[in-house]
Amino acid sequence: MKLLLKNGRIIEPSQKKDFVSDILIVNGIIEKIGSNISEEKIDQTIELNGKIVAPGFIDMHVHLREPGFEYKETIESGCSAAATGGFTAVCCMPNTNPPIDEASVVNWIVERSKHVDGGIIDVYPIAAITKNREGKELSPMMELVDAGAVGFSDDGACVENAEVMRRAMEYSTMIKKPIIQHPEDISLSKGGVMNEGFVSTSLGMQPIPSIAESIIIARDVQLAEYTQAQYHAAHVSSGKSVEIIRTAKKKSKQVTCEVTPHHFTLTDEDVRSFDTNTKMNPPLRNQDDVEALKEGLKDGTIDVIATDHAPHSFDEKQVEFMVAPFGIVGLETAIGLAYTELVKTGYLDIYQLIEKYSVNPRRILHLLPISIIEGEKANLTILDPDFEWVVDIQKFKSKSKNSPFHGHKLFGKAFAIINNGRIHFVD
Amino acid sequence: MPLLSRHLLGLEGVPKDDIQLILDTATSFREVLERPIKKVPTLQGKTIVNLFFESSTRTRISFELAERRLSADVVNFSADMSSLKKGETLKDTARNIEAMKIDMVVMRHAASGAAVFLSKVINAIIINAGDGAHEHPTQALLDMYSIREKHGTIQGLKVCIVGDISHSRVALSNIYGLKTMGARIAVCGPKTLIPRFIEQIGIEIFNNIDDAIKWSDILNVLRIQLERQDRAFFPSLMEYRKYFAVTRERLDKADKVITIMHPGPINRDVELSADVADSAHSLILQQVLNGVAIRMAVLYLLGTRS
Ligand SMILES: [Zn+2]
Repeated sequence: MKLLLKNGRIIEPSQKKDFVSDILIVNGIIEKIGSNISEEKIDQTIELNGKIVAPGFIDMHVHLREPGFEYKETIESGCSAAATGGFTAVCCMPNTNPPIDEASVVNWIVERSKHVDGGIIDVYPIAAITKNREGKELSPMMELVDAGAVGFSDDGACVENAEVMRRAMEYSTMIKKPIIQHPEDISLSKGGVMNEGFVSTSLGMQPIPSIAESIIIARDVQLAEYTQAQYHAAHVSSGKSVEIIRTAKKKSKQVTCEVTPHHFTLTDEDVRSFDTNTKMNPPLRNQDDVEALKEGLKDGTIDVIATDHAPHSFDEKQVEFMVAPFGIVGLETAIGLAYTELVKTGYLDIYQLIEKYSVNPRRILHLLPISIIEGEKANLTILDPDFEWVVDIQKFKSKSKNSPFHGHKLFGKAFAIINNGRIHFVD
Repeated sequence: MPLLSRHLLGLEGVPKDDIQLILDTATSFREVLERPIKKVPTLQGKTIVNLFFESSTRTRISFELAERRLSADVVNFSADMSSLKKGETLKDTARNIEAMKIDMVVMRHAASGAAVFLSKVINAIIINAGDGAHEHPTQALLDMYSIREKHGTIQGLKVCIVGDISHSRVALSNIYGLKTMGARIAVCGPKTLIPRFIEQIGIEIFNNIDDAIKWSDILNVLRIQLERQDRAFFPSLMEYRKYFAVTRERLDKADKVITIMHPGPINRDVELSADVADSAHSLILQQVLNGVAIRMAVLYLLGTRS
C-alpha cells in the first residue's frame, strides 16, 4: 500500500520542524519526505493544501466503558470516536466492570482493540492503583505493567488514604510508571453536584468546593517529593490547583497534570440551565479558574489536554440534575475546543497545542516519541486548523451523545489519522 | 393581563407586575374564603395532579384545598404509593401521569431544578411546590402577601430571614421575590448554615441575632432541623437556641414592633419561643390562610391563561 500526501505542513515541535512537503508512506512506514515526490504505482494520493501533519495525538484520559458498561460505549465505538476526533491513541481508565486491576483485563482490552478498524487506534490501559479501586490494597502493579498497562489510576475515585498513596508511589518507582490521581477530598465534596460559588448558592445546589481538589494535590505533591515518584494530577480544574502544581514543578520534573477542554471552555454559569450535560466531576469552575487554567497551559504548568471522555446513555442523563451521573463525552470535540479557545485566542501557538496533545502525554507515559522522518512508522494526525464547523451530537461516532457543546461553532478539526498501516478520514 | 410565564417554577426573574398580579388576585380569593360557600367554578373540568416526592402534609393540603375550592379535579400522587422505588425515573412517572390527560402538575421534589426539568419533559403546566434547596415560590408569595396585608406595602421594608439558609428553599424564593418588590433583605444564622457568596445577590448577612433584630422590621424564622448536626453544621440545638433563637427577651430589647413569620412547622422553643410564635405580632396563622388564597390565585392565573 503506497500512500502519497501532497503539500502537508509537517510540524514536529520537539525538533522545531515546520515545513511544507510531500510524504510518501509505504506499508505504514514513512519512505520519503520531500517536495514534488513523483512515484510509480501510488494507491492513493491526497492533496493536503497545507493542512497540518502532526505526530499522532493521544488522549490519555478516556472511559471506554468496556467491559461492563457496553450500553454507554464499547472499545469499538470509543475507538471510532477517537479516530473521528483525530486521535491515534487513547488511554482507557480502569473503572470498568470488572475493573482493570488484574493482568487478564489489560490483555483482553489490548487484544480487543487490535481488531477494531485494523487496530488503527492504539489503546493503552491505565490500571487501577488499588484492588477494585477501593483505595485499600495495592493492585499487582508489576504484573499489570508486564501485561501492557502504561500508568495507574483509581480514576472516578480518589486515593484518599495518605499511607496507601505513599506506598503506591514508592512501589511505582520500581516500574517507572506515573501514578495518576483523581484529586478529590470526598469529605469536602460529598453530596455536591456543582462548583461552590455564587451560582450554586443562587440555584440552591449542593456545592463542591474547589479546595476539595487542591487539598489532595497539595498533599500528593509532598508525597511525590518524599517518595521521588512520578505523579500526574488528572483533570485539574481550579486556579489553586494550578498554583500548587506550578510551585511543585519548580522542584521536580516528575509532577505533571492535565486539563480537559470543558474546564477551560465553560464555567459554572452554564449550569444555570440545569442541563445535566454540564454536570461533571470535577465540576465546571468560575471565570477566574478558567483564566488560571489557560495561563497554566500557556506557561507549561499544565502539560496535557485530555478529555476525560465519559459516555453516559441518553436516559441516564435525562433525569434531575442531582440524580444524573457526572461526565460528558469529549473525544470528538477535543481538537475544535482547544483550537478555538486556546489557539485562536492566542493563549497557545500551534506547536504548544501539538505538544499538549501528543508530545507531552507520550513523554509522561513513557511511550516512544513519534518522529516524522524517513524510515519511521507513520503515526500521524492531520489537521485542518481553519475548518469551521458546528457540533452536531447526532453525528458523533461515540455511542453516547452527552455533550454540552451541541450547536457550538468551532474552528479546527482532524482531517485524517494514519497509524499502524491504516488511514482513517474524518468526514 | 396574563402572567408572563406558562409555569411557576421559581421567583427568580419573575417581573414585579406578575408578582403584583398574583398578590392582587389572591386578595379577591381571600374574600371568597371568608364566604359561607367557599367554592368557585373557575377551574371546573381541569385536572390537577399533586405530585409529592417528599412528604409535606401542609403544602399538599394547602394546594389541595385551593384546587378543590376552584372546582378542579384533584389527583394526589405521593412517592410512597408510586413505582419510584422500583427504579422508574421522574420523567417516566411524569409522562405516565400526563398520558392520563392532566392539565397541571404541582410538584414537590428533593432535587434542586426538578421543576425546571419537569417543564422540559412534559407539556402540562408546572407549579413548583418546592425543589430541593432551590425555590418554593408559593411560600414566598404567601409570605409577601402576608407582609403586604400587615404593612400595606412591601417596598422599603427590612426583612431578615433567620436560620438554616443553606438548606432552605423558602429563603431563596423570598429573597428573589422580596427584592423584586423593593424590600431590603438580610439573612441571619450561624456561618455554617449560610451559603457562601449569598451576599452577591445583594443582601446583608448577620451572624448575631441581636444585630439582626435591631436591623429588621420583619423576621422570617426558618425551621432548624436536628439532622444538620450530622455534618457538623452546628454543635447542638441547645447552643442554637441560646445564640440564635428569636425570643421575647431579645425582641423586647429592640424597642420597636417586629413582625414575626415562620413557614412552619415550628420547633417551639428552638428557633422561636412559644410566646413569640403566639404573640399579636406573629403572622403565622394568617400565613396558613393566605397560603390557600395565594395558591388559588396562582392556579387560577396559570390555569386560565391561554
Ligand atoms: Zn476522574
